[in-house]
Order: sequence, then structure tokens, then C-alpha cells
Amino acid sequence: MAKVTLKGLSHSYLKTQSSDADWAIRGVDIDWNDGGAYALLGPSGCGKTTLLNIISGLITPTKGDILFDDKVISGLNPVERNIAQIFQFPVIYDTMTVYDNLAFPLRNRKIPEEEIKVKVHEIAEMLELSSTLNNRASGLTADGKQKISLGRGLVRSDVNAIMFDEPLTVIDPHLKWILRSKLKELHQKINRTMIYVTHDQTEALTFADQVVVMHEGQIVQTGTPVDLFEKPKHTFVGYFIGSPGMNVLPCQIKGDDVIVNGKKIETHQQIKKSNFNKTEVGVRPEFISFSNEGIPVKVLSVSNTGRHKIVDTESETGKIKIIAKSNEDIPSGSAFLKFKKEYTYTYGDSWIIE
Amino acid sequence: MNKTVNQKAWFFVIPVFVLVAFNAIIPLMTVVNYAFQETFGNNVFMWEGTRWFKQIMLSERFHASLGRQFLFTFIILFIQIPLGIAIALTMPKEGIGVPVCLVLMSMPLLIPWNVVGAMWNIFALPDIGFLGHSLNALGFDYNFTQQIGDAWFTTILMDVWHWTSLVVLLSYAGLRSIQPAYYQAAEIDGASRWAIFTKIELPKMKKVLTIAILLRFMDSFMIYTEPFVLTGGGPGNATAFLSIDLVKMALGQFDLGPAAAMSLIYFFIVLLVCWVFYTLMMRNEEKS
Repeated sequence: MAKVTLKGLSHSYLKTQSSDADWAIRGVDIDWNDGGAYALLGPSGCGKTTLLNIISGLITPTKGDILFDDKVISGLNPVERNIAQIFQFPVIYDTMTVYDNLAFPLRNRKIPEEEIKVKVHEIAEMLELSSTLNNRASGLTADGKQKISLGRGLVRSDVNAIMFDEPLTVIDPHLKWILRSKLKELHQKINRTMIYVTHDQTEALTFADQVVVMHEGQIVQTGTPVDLFEKPKHTFVGYFIGSPGMNVLPCQIKGDDVIVNGKKIETHQQIKKSNFNKTEVGVRPEFISFSNEGIPVKVLSVSNTGRHKIVDTESETGKIKIIAKSNEDIPSGSAFLKFKKEYTYTYGDSWIIE
Repeated sequence: MNKTVNQKAWFFVIPVFVLVAFNAIIPLMTVVNYAFQETFGNNVFMWEGTRWFKQIMLSERFHASLGRQFLFTFIILFIQIPLGIAIALTMPKEGIGVPVCLVLMSMPLLIPWNVVGAMWNIFALPDIGFLGHSLNALGFDYNFTQQIGDAWFTTILMDVWHWTSLVVLLSYAGLRSIQPAYYQAAEIDGASRWAIFTKIELPKMKKVLTIAILLRFMDSFMIYTEPFVLTGGGPGNATAFLSIDLVKMALGQFDLGPAAAMSLIYFFIVLLVCWVFYTLMMRNEEKS
């Protein structure tokens, strides 16, 4: 078990780098506490798998250091780092039985056979694999195989961290839910540092205590699921998390005033600095309501999801989505919108202004 | 689902049927015809029943050539399969080396059989051939036209040179299809290089290796042109494999009945070995 620290980590798959786009990840700093459950969330190609492989030692970073318990381990190989990793597709050893598969990482480390037996049975019990221990692993279903992959990661009791690289991609939706709860339960039981990579916000938000959102190789925000929802630090976090995502509208800053579509609006922050190339206002659909005055819009369409209504409207400078109660009356034609001040933020060059 | 009945479609099958009939079924039936009868020409046939089969099965000459054939096939499989896998494992996985290696590897496969035989015949000549001359210059008493051991050595070397590439290409294809995650997982599980080979690479290559072994078994068991051009079956009968012996019997001695019986036995041995081997290899596959 260990605390994981990343310092100024950058990696490029190219030999020479000329622009920011040549870096798969750039300038990543992370502090993860021992025993925590963390998620790396981001769209495909944002660098999250690269980051994970750097932590596990499968990739050597171009710049920066990785520390486990404040000791630099950048030069060590995966075995020396003593980590476990579970991949997107189930990796099993076809010719071995389920038992031998689970015992494999322990046997490679020359652990006595009696100890292996205890350990394997314990893990098999947890993952509900006990009845299939003597079967050939290749005969199992996809989720059974992925459980073996998980089991091989969990079987070693001394690992520094367990890493999951989108482990539920190949699993059926209804089993996904079960396996995810299983993981959460295992985390509470064994209390080891777990790092979970995913592009699925539900998976990240339900699994982790702390979610790290990545965008184009950078960390844009680290926080609890509530933080990410209520106070996105970057417009990307705003529209990547939430369904539908945050509304982002261009705005002008004049002195202390924030002006959207010619109307002055109130936002959460006090504006001190205003020399940005681009200024925007972000507000989640949940925090907008219809009013007698405010931003003038035209109502385009209403879709009822059962729990609530999603209203599409169009303002002078862009579309705005609103989430309204399912029993609320939606005005047709022109209407006015009011943003909730506490949850309305201004962004300068995509980053929150503070 | 209702299938459309269209009897006219059978006309499309006719060309293939005619082709197969002419190149396989009719010649084979002619052989069957000869195998059960005696002829003195002029299309006069006499029924002989299983006499030729008994004669062949009890003939020492057949036993000897069959023995030589199995020995040859086992030796070349024993060399080519491990060697092919070993070469495939060391081949580059990316960059300019990949096409270079693949092209170099395919070269021997593109050379016609009789050319291979002729090439090796000249290459191995004890007085002027590069191989033969060099070996003699190094102090070995090498002469493949007179010494049995040398004839076998040259024939095997020639076959290894000609066909190992096939095993290499198939193994390489099998290796390339393994997902990188398997290697990464093995690295994290602390597997040794040997464990990676036996637990990941070999099982993943099983299907292509089955094909490779089958192809190499069939081809080497039916080998004719190369040893015929290289040694002509000699010295004596030392490298007279089944097909060479068969041609001698059929066209040299004109013993058509026994030769036909031998062809059929030969054919059934190949069929039987392939079937047994394939069934054994695929048995576990169906279970899982």
C-alpha cells in the first residue's frame, strides 16, 4: 500500500516535440493518498491510459517523477513497483485452470504453495469464482474472464496500488452494475489504493472518492463528484460531466459587470482580472429557470424524460438547455431566463476566473 | 426461413464438377481400377482382388521406403517447427525490418521445386559446388552422391532451407495477433520470458502451428521433385522416399497393379495421419 505522487509528469510518443499537441500528457501533478479510490476520467485519447501505464511502469515518461510513499520509483520495472493492473479486455492464460490463473502472480514470486492456496480461495470467494476454480479459464464468459483478471490483481496482498484500465468495457450492462458494486465493496474490504481509468462519468463518479478529469493531456480538475458538478473549474469539465452538460455562453466583462446577450447577470465570483482572449459564462441546465425578465430566448423544443423535462432554447449568442420539473409549464415562443447566481461562473480562456 | 427452390442453379456447379472429375476423381478411379486387376495391354483386364494390396503390404521394399519416408518427415518437422518459431520470435515487430525480413523469408518459397533440386545439386557437388567443395576443404569427407549419410544430410538441409520460411511466416502471423495487453499483464504478473512463451505465445499460436505442421507433414510426406533432382533416390535406394519408389515401380518397371495398390495405401496413410493429428489438436478446442 502506498501514497502515489506524480511530479511534473510529461510524456510524448514522438522523439522531438514542437507543439503542445505532440505531448500525450503534459505537466501532470497528482497526490493520491494511501488507500483511496481515485478515478481518471476523460474522453478517448486524452492521455489517461498513458498516465496509467506510466504509473505502472509499462511506459517510461519523457519528463517528471513518480513517487510511491515519497520514494522516487521512476526507474523501476512493473514487478519492482509491485502494482497490479487490470486491462480493458480480459487477459487470461488460456491453457491454465481458473485456480492456476489466480495463483500465477504468486507462483512467479515464489510464494509457498500452502499460502497460495489460502489466498486464491479467499479471492475466489470474494469474486464468486469458487465453483469454477478447477475449470479451464478459456471456457468462461467475458465477465467471468474479467473477474479472473481482477482476481489476479487482487490476489497479492502487498501491492502498492491496483490500477483499472476501463475494466468494464466488454461487460454486459446489467453485469457492469454488479461488478462495479463488487469493486467498491472490495475497496472497502481490502483498503488499497485503487486507480480507475474510464471515459464513463457514471462509473467514475460512483467508484471514486476523488475524480481527476483529463483533457488533451492535462488535468483540468481534481475533486469529489459534487465539486465537479457544482463548480467546474474548466468549461470542459462543465460539459463532459452532467447530462446534458453545462451551457457555455460568450460574455463581456466590463469593470465588475458580466454581460451576456446585452444583459448584465450576476455570477458567483468577484471579477478582478479581465484581460483574456475569450470570456464565457457557464451555468448548468439544472440551475436555470424561466422568469419574467432576464436573458431573452426562443423555446425550440421540449423533451420529457419522465423524471424531468429538457428544454432547448436559443438565445442571441447560442443555444441554452434547461432542465425543468416534469410538471412545470414551459412557455412557448419567446421567454426569459434567470441563472442561479451561486452556480453561475465566468471563465477566462476556458478556465474559471477566481 | 423459406429457401427459394431453383434447380437451374445446378448448372453453375457443373464446371467445377467437371474440373474436379478430370483432375481428381477420374484419375483416382483409374488407379482403383488398376489396383484390383491385372492387365497385359490392349485393354484386357483380369480380376485380381486384393492380391496387389497383400503383395505391397508384405513387401520389404515398401516397408523400407515407408520407413525412410516417416524418418525424413519426422526429422524435418523436428527441425523446421522449432526453428521456424525461433526465427519468428526474433523477427522485428515494427519498422523497415518487417518488410525486409518478410520478403527475404518468402524468397525460398517462390522457387520451383525442380529449380531447388538443381540448385542444391550444383551447390553440393563435392568438386565444384560451394557447399561440397567447402566441406571437403575443411577436412570433411563429403560426397552426397556416394555416401548415405551425406545424401540424407543434403536432402534435409535442402528441405529446411526451402520450407522453414513457411513455418516462420505462419508463426509470425500468429505472434503478431497477440494483443499487447497480454504481454503487459504478464510483465505485471512477474512472468519469466519462458513463462510468457509457454503460457501466452504458444497457446495463442496453436491454431497456426496446427496448420503449419499439417502442411509440412503433407508436403514432406509427398516430396518427390527435389530429392529426385538432387539424388535421384540414391545412393542405391538410400533416399528413395515413397513417391520416388512409386514412380520407379509404376513407370520404371511398369508394374501397374502393385503401383496402383501402393498409391492407394500411400493416399490413405496421408489421410489417416492428417485426420488423427487434426482431431487430437482440435479436441480441446471444442470442449471449451
